[in-house]
Amino acid sequence: MNINYPPKMQRRDWLKRIQKIGFIALGSWFSPSLVFAKQEDADEAIKTITGGATIKDGRVTLVIPPLVENGNLVVLNVSVDSPMTADNYVKAIHVVAEGNPYPNIFAAYFSPRSGTANLTTRVRLADSQRVWAIAQMSDGSFWRGSAETLVTLSACTEMV
Amino acid sequence: MSKTSRTSITMPSSANKGAIIEIRAIAQHDMESGFRYTESGKLIPRDIIQVFTCSYNNVEIFKADFFSGIGANPLVIFTTIATETGTLEFKWAGDNGYEAINQARITVS
Repeated sequence: MNINYPPKMQRRDWLKRIQKIGFIALGSWFSPSLVFAKQEDADEAIKTITGGATIKDGRVTLVIPPLVENGNLVVLNVSVDSPMTADNYVKAIHVVAEGNPYPNIFAAYFSPRSGTANLTTRVRLADSQRVWAIAQMSDGSFWRGSAETLVTLSACTEMV
Repeated sequence: MSKTSRTSITMPSSANKGAIIEIRAIAQHDMESGFRYTESGKLIPRDIIQVFTCSYNNVEIFKADFFSGIGANPLVIFTTIATETGTLEFKWAGDNGYEAINQARITVS
């Protein structure tokens, strides 16, 4: 009769251990959402840029590698389909990241003298996320494009 | 970050009138984001370049605002139309009084 007890105790110990592991796993799942800006922050940043105006999808092409090994230096190219004439050109392009601690990445201002609305730069990405590019046209309309990427090594959060 | 640093401009030295030329501008800068901590747990204050401007014969043709999301040693590649022979001036300005200026000449035929 007594022989049965030790294995049962072991099973309980195991269950307790698994529970602990479960809590640790949950902890690591929740902490990034506290560290990084949430999607609402990005939406808020976009709203500040547009002043609440409606944004249409299209005309803006955002290119970032779909898989990034190191989020510290990611080549980003943004281009807007526009004739760039004196009465029809791109005024500004804003790039906003949903998963960065500070959602705004950069804003670039163009003029008809730019010739094209095409810009390449290198950005930091803190997490796997969607990045938005918002273009403001000379007629006041807003257009947007986006790209999604997977980041294996995050920027911003590493120790020095 | 020191008050100024090395910068580099890559662009054609001559172009046909009306041609679209590509300009690459890079500045040496750490672009400390202000979101990193030292090993002892102290937050490292932000130190970034905030504004980059390019003027063509004293007329501003391009401007960019940088935030923490721009990587170290910021590189910007953009275009402009070659309108006349002259000088392009590039200016970077940022936190803690950082300022850097570079110039490039272009001959337009």
